[in-house]
Parts: sequence; C-alpha cells; structure tokens
Amino acid sequence: MFDWRWDFTFEILPQLLWATMNTLLAAGIGYGIALVLGLVLALAQRTPYRPLTLMVREIVEFIRSTPLVLQIFFVFYVGPQFGIRLDPWTSGMIAIGLHYAAYLSEVYRAGLDSIPKGQWEACRALNLSPRRTYFRIIIPQALPASLPGMGNYLVGIFKDTPMLSVIGVAELMHTANALGSETYRFLEPYTMVGVIFLAISLPTAAGLRLFEAWVRRVLGMSK
Amino acid sequence: MSEHSYPNRLEPGGPMIRFSNVTKRYGPLTVLDSLDLDIAANEMVSIIGPSGSGKTTVLRMLMTLEEIDDGVIYVDGEPLTHMERNGDLVKANAKHLRKMRGNIGMVFQHFNLFPHMTALENCMEAPVQVLGLSTGEAEQRSVELLDMVGLADKKNQHPSRLSGGQQQRVAIARALAMRPKVMLLDEVTSALDPEVIGEVLNVIRALNSEHNLTMLMVTHQMGFAKEISDRVCFFYAGNIAEQGPPEQIFGDPKNERTRQFLSAVLEAT
Repeated sequence: MFDWRWDFTFEILPQLLWATMNTLLAAGIGYGIALVLGLVLALAQRTPYRPLTLMVREIVEFIRSTPLVLQIFFVFYVGPQFGIRLDPWTSGMIAIGLHYAAYLSEVYRAGLDSIPKGQWEACRALNLSPRRTYFRIIIPQALPASLPGMGNYLVGIFKDTPMLSVIGVAELMHTANALGSETYRFLEPYTMVGVIFLAISLPTAAGLRLFEAWVRRVLGMSK
Repeated sequence: MSEHSYPNRLEPGGPMIRFSNVTKRYGPLTVLDSLDLDIAANEMVSIIGPSGSGKTTVLRMLMTLEEIDDGVIYVDGEPLTHMERNGDLVKANAKHLRKMRGNIGMVFQHFNLFPHMTALENCMEAPVQVLGLSTGEAEQRSVELLDMVGLADKKNQHPSRLSGGQQQRVAIARALAMRPKVMLLDEVTSALDPEVIGEVLNVIRALNSEHNLTMLMVTHQMGFAKEISDRVCFFYAGNIAEQGPPEQIFGDPKNERTRQFLSAVLEAT
C-alpha cells in the first residue's frame, strides 16, 4: 500500500526543482517589498501627524488580522472590478509583500522602541537632523534587535509562497498539484515539496543565526 | 504670553543665557515657576537642590529637549524658544531651534554615547553630518579633543569596552567637537563609580580654565561645586531659593531651605 516509486520521483524532480526557482523568486521579491514597505509603515506610525499615524496603525492591524489567502484572492479577483487588472505574479507579490510588510513593521517598531530615550536626546543635543538620527543612529542600533524577527519572517514568507498557487503562480506547490492531477500520483510530488522546503528552510534558519552574530560583531555590539 | 514684556533680542554685552519668567509644567505639576536667571558669558554656574526642584529641567529646556509653557529663554542675545516674526516673538520653528541649538552642547548623566560607533566616530559624527566638516578635519578635531580628555589611545574602542569614567570623557569630547558656546553638564558623575569620578572632574576643571565656555552644571558633588563655580544656585520647588558665590552659599547660607538641604547632604557624605 505504501508504494514509493523512485523512478517517478526522479522523473518529476527536474520540474520540481525548476518550480523551486519560482518559489525562491517569489519569496525573494515578496520579502524585498516587505522589508522596504515595512519600514515605511513603521516610520509612518512615529510621525507627529496623528491622523496619518492612526490610519497606518489601522491598516497594519487590518492586514495582520485577515488571512493571507483572502488578500491574495482580493487583489487578483476583486481588483479587476475596480479596473485594476494584474497578472498572477504581480497580484501575488503585492499581496504577500503587503502582508509581510505589516508583520515586519511590527518587528521594526519593537526594535525602534527598544532604543533608549537618551539616544534620541543625544542626537538632538548634537543637532542631527531627524533623517540622520534615524538612518545613522537609531536604525543601526535597532537592527540587531530586529534581526531575529526579520529572519523568522523570511522563513515565514518562504513557507507561505504555496498560497500563491491558488491564483496560478507556477511555484512549487502549484507544480506538484499539476503533476499529481496529471499522473494521479500525489505521494511523491507532495513528499518532495516537503523535502525541498525543509532542505531550504533549515540551512536558511541556521545561516540567519550566523548572520545575526556577524552583524552584532560588525556594529561592535557583541555582548 | 503674559503681561511680561520680552525684547526681540537682548542688548549687546548682555548675558549669554537669560531665563525670563520661564514656567514649565508637567500636567498639574509646575516644575519651574516664573524663573528668572541670567548667566554671563564664560561664567560657571552650579545648580544644586533636592530632587524634583527643577534643576535638570533648566538644562533640558536650554537644550530644547523640553518645551516651555511660559516666558522666553535667550541665548547669546537671541531668543531660543521663540523667534521674531513681523516684529513679534512667536514660538520657534524647527529651523530656528536647529540654528540656536548649535550654540549649546550637553553632557548627560548616562553618557548616551552611540554604542555602534567607536569613541572617535562618536566625536566625528555630528561635525561631519551637521557642520559639514570633511572627514579629515573632523578626525583631526576629534583626536585633539580625545587627547585633551586623555583618551587618544582609546579612540578606536567602542563604548562597551570603556569604563564609565572613560565613556563620560568621550561624551565631553563629543559635545566639545561641535564648538558650543554653552556647555550643559547634567549630573555627569551621578552614574559613575566613586573611583572614576575624579578623572571626569579633572576634565571639567580643565574645560573651565582653558576654554571660553559658559557652563551650567547640575550636580550633587558639593565639594566640586564649591571649588569650581563662580556662582551657585540653590533650587527649591521650581525656583531659585538662594544664589551667590560658593563661599557664601556653602559657608553662610541665608535661606533656611538651603541650610536644611546642605546639612542633609553633608551628613550623608
């Protein structure tokens, strides 16, 4: 009853590995969007303009409180009703980038909040502009504290890319589904998907720990 | 503003710092109550008093870390908290504050060095980023100042590798690198271990004798305040209860509150 077929496994492997490239690309682009947009969302919540701060806060809460798969569907299927027609890749990248931007903004926020008040006051006393205060003093210090959270969401976004299969992005899960429905064999494709995810996630997580230690050392903040 | 009259700028030859009827409140609590205080150029003034008397607030308002609720502060003849608009004084905008802040440097109780930068980088940061000095000029200036505070050999160390006394000396060098006219010292030895307080006080002595600086120091080191100050102000309940030359304040205090405070402090040491 448990008939694993190696010949079939090797036959589909090239296709799965090719799809893995798409998965990595989706995770990479999505994460890139999330990193930048997350910072914008975090900084926007620290401006003295109360309406902007409140609005961004609500947007972040809204995104974090609704499922990613719903957001993907929304961008792809509801967008056209408002005249916004996007291909699956673009829709997927917007949805997943925005989703993780909301989570990363919280990571950044915690990191920024961890900076003692005295650092801000020193910047003021030295007459550093707000921009330089953030980019030269505050963010470099907030970064080491934010890195573990940022790393978790990198692995998180990677593991969430299969959700893009629902709108037809040809990533790993989508390809495994297609192979399964062509051949009526699901054991090997799905198992291989799991193996591939594991083979990428585990070393990535380990690499991130090393990276964190390296950043701390470079910034002279190793304890 | 109240019925007080505030000139748009002070006459030349006036004080370096003037607090004119300055009030500061935190909610229902009035921490400074209609304070008037003049400090002459190159004067060294120590502020002493019980905690909660508004001492530190005086420095924080001068550094523009706190806004004031009433009155005007002048620095070097110009209003700091306000600016002139069509002949009237209005609340200072960010640009005016930035301009005025350039006159003032501050050293904090907890040093507040940038932990991700070396001692030298800490000193160079603002001269390069704010004054627009070249890296070479800023480095030269910073090394000279680190040398002055006796830390030229530590210039490439991060703060975490320095003792508290060394960190505070770097912080003094960092403030000096901006060439301020006014230097604010906020309980600069309060967070230090007793054995390193002396090295920081020595640097302040040198500053006082060798630089043209107006200094305002909040301190609990009564012996040091007595030795170094031109004038001592005793703060109580948001205003100056008594001020005068150190010999008089410490030797023959007139105010009952001053007497009580000094006997309590001297008993504790």
